[in-house]
Amino acid sequence: MVAPVALRVVRCGGGSLHGARAVFSADSKQVGLGPGYLLCASGDFVKMYSLATEETLRLMGGHADLVTGIQLNPHNHMQLYSSSLDGTIKLWDFMDGIPIKTFTVGSKLLALYTLASSEDSVFVVIPKSGERDTFQLVSVKLPKGAGQDLEANELSVVLDGVDASPKHIAFGREAEYVASVKDINLQVYFFKQKQLHRFSVSAVKTKSGNNRFSCVACHPTEDCIATGHADGKIRLWRNFCHKKEYTFSTLHWHHDTVMDLAFSVEGTSLLSGGVESVLVLWRNESDCQKDFLPRLGSPIEYISMASDGTLCCTLHTDNRITIINSNLRFSRSIQGLIKSADIKTGLVVDPRTKALVLNGEPGHLQFYSLQSDQQLFSLDIVQRQYIHQAGLNQIDLVKVAFSPQGKWLATVEEREEVTDPELQLKLWFYDEETQSFKLNTRINMPHEDHITDMCFRDMDELEDDSLILVTAGRDCVFKVWVMVEDTDPEAQQSVSWSCDFVGSYHNYQATNCCFSEDGSLLAVSFEETVTVWDSVTWDLKCTFCHPPGKIRNICFGRLTCSKYLIGATDAGFLCCWNLLSCALDWSAHLNILVLQPDPLSEHIAAVSWLSKESSLFVFKPNEPRPIYIQRNFCREKIQLAAFVPRDEPETIGSEKYLWLRRSQLFFLTDTQELITLSMKSLEERLTPSSKQLAVEESLPVTPFSLLLGKHRHQQSQEDIDLGRVFLRNKRAQDSPAVKELLHTPAHVLPSASFLCPIFINSLLISKENKSAEEVADEVEMESEKTEDDSDEERDVTEMKQEDPSPVELLGEMTCKLSKSQEKELRKIRKMDFSWISAF
Amino acid sequence: MGEFEVHRVRFFGLVPAGVRCLACQPRGGRLALARTDGAVEVYNFAANYFQEKVIPGHEARSVEALCWAAGDRLFGAGLGGDITEYDLARLCVARSVDGCGGPIWSMAANSSGTQLAIGCEDGSVKLFQVVPGGIQFERNLDRRKGRILCLSWHPSDTHIAAGSIDVLRVFDVCSGQTVQRIMVNYHVHKVKRECIVWSIAFLSSGTVVTSDSFGRVQFWDWERGTLLESHTVSTSAVLSLSVSEKEDSIIVGTSTGATYQFQLLPVKMGSLEKRWVRTKPFQHHTHDVRAVAHSSTALISGGLDAQLVIRPLMEKIQKKGYEAALRKFTFPHRRLVSCARKARLLLFQFSQHLELWRLGSTNETGKDGEVLPLCRMPEHLVQLKSKGPEHIYCSCVSPCGSWVAYSTASRFHLYRVQYEGDSVSVKKVPKVPKLLLPAYQLQFSADSGNLFVASARGSVHVLQLLEPGGCKHLHILQPPSGCPEAVYLLAVSADGHWLAAVSGDWAIHVYNLKCFKHHCTVPTYSCAVTALAIHPITNNLVIAYSDQQLFEFSIPEKQYTAWSRTVQNCGLHKVWLERDSPITHITFNPKNPSHILLHDIYMFCVLDKSLPLPDNSALLMNQSTLKQLPETARQRQLHAFKICKKFQPLLFADLLDENCLVMVERPIMDIKTQLPLPIQQKKFGT
Repeated sequence: MVAPVALRVVRCGGGSLHGARAVFSADSKQVGLGPGYLLCASGDFVKMYSLATEETLRLMGGHADLVTGIQLNPHNHMQLYSSSLDGTIKLWDFMDGIPIKTFTVGSKLLALYTLASSEDSVFVVIPKSGERDTFQLVSVKLPKGAGQDLEANELSVVLDGVDASPKHIAFGREAEYVASVKDINLQVYFFKQKQLHRFSVSAVKTKSGNNRFSCVACHPTEDCIATGHADGKIRLWRNFCHKKEYTFSTLHWHHDTVMDLAFSVEGTSLLSGGVESVLVLWRNESDCQKDFLPRLGSPIEYISMASDGTLCCTLHTDNRITIINSNLRFSRSIQGLIKSADIKTGLVVDPRTKALVLNGEPGHLQFYSLQSDQQLFSLDIVQRQYIHQAGLNQIDLVKVAFSPQGKWLATVEEREEVTDPELQLKLWFYDEETQSFKLNTRINMPHEDHITDMCFRDMDELEDDSLILVTAGRDCVFKVWVMVEDTDPEAQQSVSWSCDFVGSYHNYQATNCCFSEDGSLLAVSFEETVTVWDSVTWDLKCTFCHPPGKIRNICFGRLTCSKYLIGATDAGFLCCWNLLSCALDWSAHLNILVLQPDPLSEHIAAVSWLSKESSLFVFKPNEPRPIYIQRNFCREKIQLAAFVPRDEPETIGSEKYLWLRRSQLFFLTDTQELITLSMKSLEERLTPSSKQLAVEESLPVTPFSLLLGKHRHQQSQEDIDLGRVFLRNKRAQDSPAVKELLHTPAHVLPSASFLCPIFINSLLISKENKSAEEVADEVEMESEKTEDDSDEERDVTEMKQEDPSPVELLGEMTCKLSKSQEKELRKIRKMDFSWISAF
Repeated sequence: MGEFEVHRVRFFGLVPAGVRCLACQPRGGRLALARTDGAVEVYNFAANYFQEKVIPGHEARSVEALCWAAGDRLFGAGLGGDITEYDLARLCVARSVDGCGGPIWSMAANSSGTQLAIGCEDGSVKLFQVVPGGIQFERNLDRRKGRILCLSWHPSDTHIAAGSIDVLRVFDVCSGQTVQRIMVNYHVHKVKRECIVWSIAFLSSGTVVTSDSFGRVQFWDWERGTLLESHTVSTSAVLSLSVSEKEDSIIVGTSTGATYQFQLLPVKMGSLEKRWVRTKPFQHHTHDVRAVAHSSTALISGGLDAQLVIRPLMEKIQKKGYEAALRKFTFPHRRLVSCARKARLLLFQFSQHLELWRLGSTNETGKDGEVLPLCRMPEHLVQLKSKGPEHIYCSCVSPCGSWVAYSTASRFHLYRVQYEGDSVSVKKVPKVPKLLLPAYQLQFSADSGNLFVASARGSVHVLQLLEPGGCKHLHILQPPSGCPEAVYLLAVSADGHWLAAVSGDWAIHVYNLKCFKHHCTVPTYSCAVTALAIHPITNNLVIAYSDQQLFEFSIPEKQYTAWSRTVQNCGLHKVWLERDSPITHITFNPKNPSHILLHDIYMFCVLDKSLPLPDNSALLMNQSTLKQLPETARQRQLHAFKICKKFQPLLFADLLDENCLVMVERPIMDIKTQLPLPIQQKKFGT
């Protein structure tokens, strides 16, 4: 075996897209590209999206810290400059995704500007040495050396006392002047005259907010500066080449801070955006002529214009990118992982689509496809208009659970009010026809207080009506919800949900709940104690506790380890209890934040947070020694984690990483960045199809290319279907006809009438169809095989489970009772319980 | 400051009339203003925008347009169809000429001030020649249908632009023909509504600027008849427009109460291409801004809410100070209230009637700041309606309360008021002597035995009042050197020995009433006198000027007092000098001879001459901080000015007896409720 490859921590989505304004690749007509690309700073990377397909085409990594600015090279539109907090400026060829040069500046770079008129220098904002929180705008001369890594030491200060934000500096027409805003001051520096003019607005706080500048933009052809203010006003400054006779006019529509401004290419209109999620188009700088593009979903952070003026795009605080036509029509939106104010639902995997499910837009549930780094869809749970206003308590989605097959979805929403929380439990049924979730039952105030946890009983083989939902609440009870037949003939649905059982333990708050793999046992943690309940009779079986420390997480072991119950306490202990002996098997001193079992194997991943670094431990419950430890793999605090089942098991060489065979582990940091562990290199991760697309798009669009493109596209799809093996020979088989046609010099080509049938033949589908069918068969066979495999495995596990089951069943004879008897018994038990708890 | 029992009077129901038009004197320092009731006022820029002259209105004489011509001659024209020339020395109508074209909507003088053009209801534009001693009809220009709402001369006097309904026309002055006709409503064709051109201006570049009822300010090339630029500034009408003398700035007023400034700015640095840019919006008014004016240093606007707002242009002002302050005038700069101290009566002067009120009284006492319950409510005793269309110039009630006098432009009335228990009887004094009318100020002597009538040409008539209701003309006091202007302020000493009179040329003459002789003239000061009074004990004359300076002049010694000299040497406090409303009344406390009580619209001040003057580093309004200091520290902090701003806007304050004050307030909100509803505007968050 080869030397084991190290696991790499890969950032695969989320994060924040707002390091800087997005950049459109140059004018399509100029360069002869398709609709072009959008380049965007995202964390340490620069992302390139296709404007035609919204796909992430390229991820350009290489910076060691946040990317703070990206700008096209004004002298070569196929090149891009990017600056980063790590103190380097990189020049990229973004079509090929390769870094051409790296210029090391030395100090943190907070913003980057390029000018067409300055041949070999760029402008950056750097912190002033020796002083905290003061920044200066400097011009950096980029050396013309031969090597890849160059030092750029020639700095000259242009402006002092600027702000760190890239939105606070703008360059005026033909680079005549630069405008910088900070607090209540506007500075304009004229390069030719070497004059600096300072203007300020009154500092008084008006009732509508304060006057501070929030952004600045310069008119492309006239001497006009537009500034946005924290009170929602836009000021248009003119005549600022005079110290005294300057003047400004005011435009006011926004009720809150103007987040960004952008002039159109001709300067006839001005775009502004803010927290209202409305893009405002001001025509002719007039207060009366404005147009709106409302309902953009979330606050606008950045606005950027394409250089040909046909498109503009807005970056939103939740990482969405909206592309807007020049006539202010919504064109398309690029949305990866939507950033939510607070992820309360946790990371849940939709069993049906294998998508990650978590809080999205306020009140919505987002389904995020990990493969395509795109949002599949957004489900409106709260179904209320969201009002963008600070300090308003709005209903938010807090808990989500899927039934094992993904047929049912349970959601909990609440309004955060300290005294009187408003709760709603909703159960959604997956409608095969509409391919979406339909609201089935709504339960108002399912608990008296906040719901802390919720889970479905995970019993694959059982009938649908045996589905059970358990909710644990801070009102010291857990409730069991079951489906009942709806007796009301007018009801549109046959089943609805109602409460079946209420359990409590010594008036402690219920904090977590969890079903064992076979669904026979329910573990509910009540502050310091874990209680284990029989899921049929709702008997309290046993209790575990590991004082001091309240239980933070619990989970059952799986497959061979199903006799173990794992719990993490906030006193910093990870405990493993044996359910057969009802004793503590082992415990470890670890401050566990996240405890996540792999649904397809025995492995459990635990993430600890110690001395400001996250560490990952993967272990099997049956042995206290972890199989895999990665210390300090991430600086940020890991908030959540999830195992996502792979479509097909990975072939993994090293035994150390066997736990990654069936599922992939994803983490969400507190900056809402999605990271995963991977053994592959970065290039491999990008799908080849998207690469090809990039190349294809560089061809000019002609009817012929469309035809050919379709042909190739089909092919590439097949390629994907077939896997790599078929790829090569398929190509070889098919291409000669086309190749011949394309590459033979025109003067030696036979007549078109002769070539035509050959070409047409090559395009015919009948042949392909056949092969596709064959292939499909094979694929099916394969998948059957895998299914078989899994069946076998399951058998094995079941067999293994038989060993513990007699032991478990020892005290459990009631299962043989009829249902009515069971119910009676339950009632009696309930009474008993209340009577006991009274003592 | 001392404690007073204060009668807080709020039953003076004065509603100032709205501002109808404004006219800046070309190359001069004056602003003429006409109100909707026909009154014409003149403000002097040099005297800190003091309301120098007031010509009260006339029921039948509305003023739609004002203009200055031939230097300092002021002409007005109105819907009565007459062109009126005002006599600014005698403060009355000098002469009036019928325009012969029906109601006159607009009037403009050419740049040299030799010709007047009027726009009439019948669609005609008429030219009048300004000749010494009047105006002369010259000729009619090409007449079309549709009233001419606004007019503007080209600075070269060759063309006139006239705005009408839906159309603007340009006339050639020589030939009298219409040389251009531009339809203004071109852009609004879906729904045909008439577009009223409310205001027009002809620039020397040949650009015609119009403002119309669609809220647009448009710039036209008159020769080609094309639209150069159009700015929509408002959803409602733009009513008024004014261009600066340099033609680089325009102010417009809208019917929502907002005013906007347009500036001609270079598009790029150093390039010659210039464009009109809407720059500053101001919202100082609540109602229609019917008139705007552009002086060299300020934007001036007047609205139907009776406010005159003077907004200085910061970039045109060299030093920050009094000039740079925003000023709003709602109330006249003179007294409309007179007080009978002994009888505890107040006389309120309205435009066409007088109201006599008896103050309420209480027998309780309380601590500082407490509101005392009344045992007798204030009582409206008499309402005197003036007969005829003329408005009242001035009025006065005698200290004993038994005489009331008022004057209109052509008549003088004296009434004897008798109180028998609860009933009041008013008897007109017959056969009042023929006086040179109008009277500009009336003043009774302290013993109610004499009435002083301020009159034209610097003269003061002295009438003797006779029991039980008669009067006799005693004497005419006149300055020895003569004076063309009218007397507008009088002050009489408590002992009846001295009389001080201020005429329109700001000269103060002191007369000896025992021998009816001119006593002396107070050295002239280059500013308007806003109030004066003679101290009852020392017979010192205290004078307040419109630049907020205070002087004390000893009448017996014919010179400024020592205190006055110290004031001039030390200088007054900066904050005091930067106040923007003039002192309108001065009175004294006989118990405290060192106290001078004075007030303007926004404050009441007790000036204690025995205390040191504050320097600029000290806090001027320090009453509230003084209250919190311990006794010893308070002594150190004390200075001469004790200012109270509790009563606003303060129209009148007087001392009834040694510890009883009367304050007449007119809350702005009460006026607002009397005005018609403003244009409904959607306000965010409501």
